[in-house]
Amino acid sequence: MKSLHAQHHALADTSYQLTVLSEAEAAGARLPAFAHKLHESGLLPLRPTELAVMQVNVGKMCNQTCRHCHVDAGPDRTEIMTRATMQLCLDALAQTTIPVVDLTGGAPEMNPDFRWFVEQISALGRQTIVRCNLTIIVANPKYHDLPEFFAQHGVRVVSSLPHFSAARTDAQRGEGVFGRSIRALRMLNAVGYGVEGSGLLLDLVYNPSGAFLPGRQVGLEREFKQRLLREHEVVFNSLLAITNLPISRFMEYLLESGNYESYMQKLVAAYNPVAAANVMCRSTLSIGWDGQLYDCDFNQQLALNVAKNAPQHIRFFDATALQDRAIVINQHCYGCTAGAGSSCGGATA
Amino acid sequence: MEKSTYYNPADLAKFGNVADWQPEMGRKFFDYYGEVFKDGALSEREKALIALAVAHAVQCPYCIDAYTVDSLQKGADEAQMMEAVHVAVAIKGGAALVHSVQMMNKAKELSM
Ligand code: SF4
Ligand code: SF4
Repeated sequence: MKSLHAQHHALADTSYQLTVLSEAEAAGARLPAFAHKLHESGLLPLRPTELAVMQVNVGKMCNQTCRHCHVDAGPDRTEIMTRATMQLCLDALAQTTIPVVDLTGGAPEMNPDFRWFVEQISALGRQTIVRCNLTIIVANPKYHDLPEFFAQHGVRVVSSLPHFSAARTDAQRGEGVFGRSIRALRMLNAVGYGVEGSGLLLDLVYNPSGAFLPGRQVGLEREFKQRLLREHEVVFNSLLAITNLPISRFMEYLLESGNYESYMQKLVAAYNPVAAANVMCRSTLSIGWDGQLYDCDFNQQLALNVAKNAPQHIRFFDATALQDRAIVINQHCYGCTAGAGSSCGGATA
Repeated sequence: MEKSTYYNPADLAKFGNVADWQPEMGRKFFDYYGEVFKDGALSEREKALIALAVAHAVQCPYCIDAYTVDSLQKGADEAQMMEAVHVAVAIKGGAALVHSVQMMNKAKELSM
């Protein structure tokens, strides 16, 4: 499967995605503007709280081409962060006390400077999270030692596994992905990841393989733990339940399958003001592969940069100016506020 | 205009409106309903699958729709959902079939 970008698909153009999102708003009074909902909740303009996470997207290149990918990542994407830009991130980090750097992609490990970057983050005494797609570990011998490398730097590993059944996982992430993910999970377990008392954290990300919302995180976690242990002798720490946001390839799936409007209605109907108050953009700064600044990785993929009064590039990082910005919102934000809420850390309410 | 059929998918979302004409009983029913589906001795996923099976037994299109979604949300997969339906089918079929013992008894009674 090719990325939307490589297919020259209309949805590869982010402005077209924004048009679709705004049309749904006009299509019926049933889909109120997200800004209106936030206003009702007393949250407009949406302001940052304390900056707790620097999330860096080190490139769109990936060994997989998952159907729901909000990054439109894949082997055919060449956008990748340079070491010079990573250095700018480190310079900014050093000026702050931000405790956590969250590395995402694509498959972040495919960036040739990935390991260097992790070492530098460690040297600054900050915690690294890596959003590891699992299959990268077994994709090529040069990645087989990633579990040891992660362990050495106390990296917290957060990995996608949309289901404990092979069929549902493969339907979303590609043929054979489940089997390779289990192999990788065993390699992570073997060095202590997910094993109680090791201090090495391995969290799994659940997201629905289709046009429905995730169920309760605790219930799903219990099911995943039982099934993965019983059937595959795999252990992990926490399950993070994440809602698919209606953008990029997931938007394409929704439109193709005729589920777009009903999915948006579901998200709107499930709006939860508590989740709205806890959206992750309030405590996150998202940095693109080219150093541009965004409120979150979703806005990044929609090319919605931080508000104009804030610095636009990590080179001009200024914590105070960023703190004064209003977060840029749009209709896709309903994905973060539905039900128990959704963020890169799972449920929020 | 809305399509006029006996079962309209849009009506499922109006289920809560049944409380309009009898608020007290409606409220009690929905409170009870909510309580029933909470995690307990059975997990939420198991309860969703039981509801899905019963929905097929009572052949309620609203419930089939609702508990297909609910089963997926609670983490059930296609195999579990189809097995749940087969449990309902087995019981419905078995319930019909077991009455044939009565038929056999009666036939034997009347026969030489
Ligand atoms: S969802 Fe993750 S693993 Fe899948 S294509 Fe996107 S970046 Fe790669
Ligand atoms: S999509 Fe981004 S900006 Fe919108 S609510 Fe979610 S985290 Fe915030």
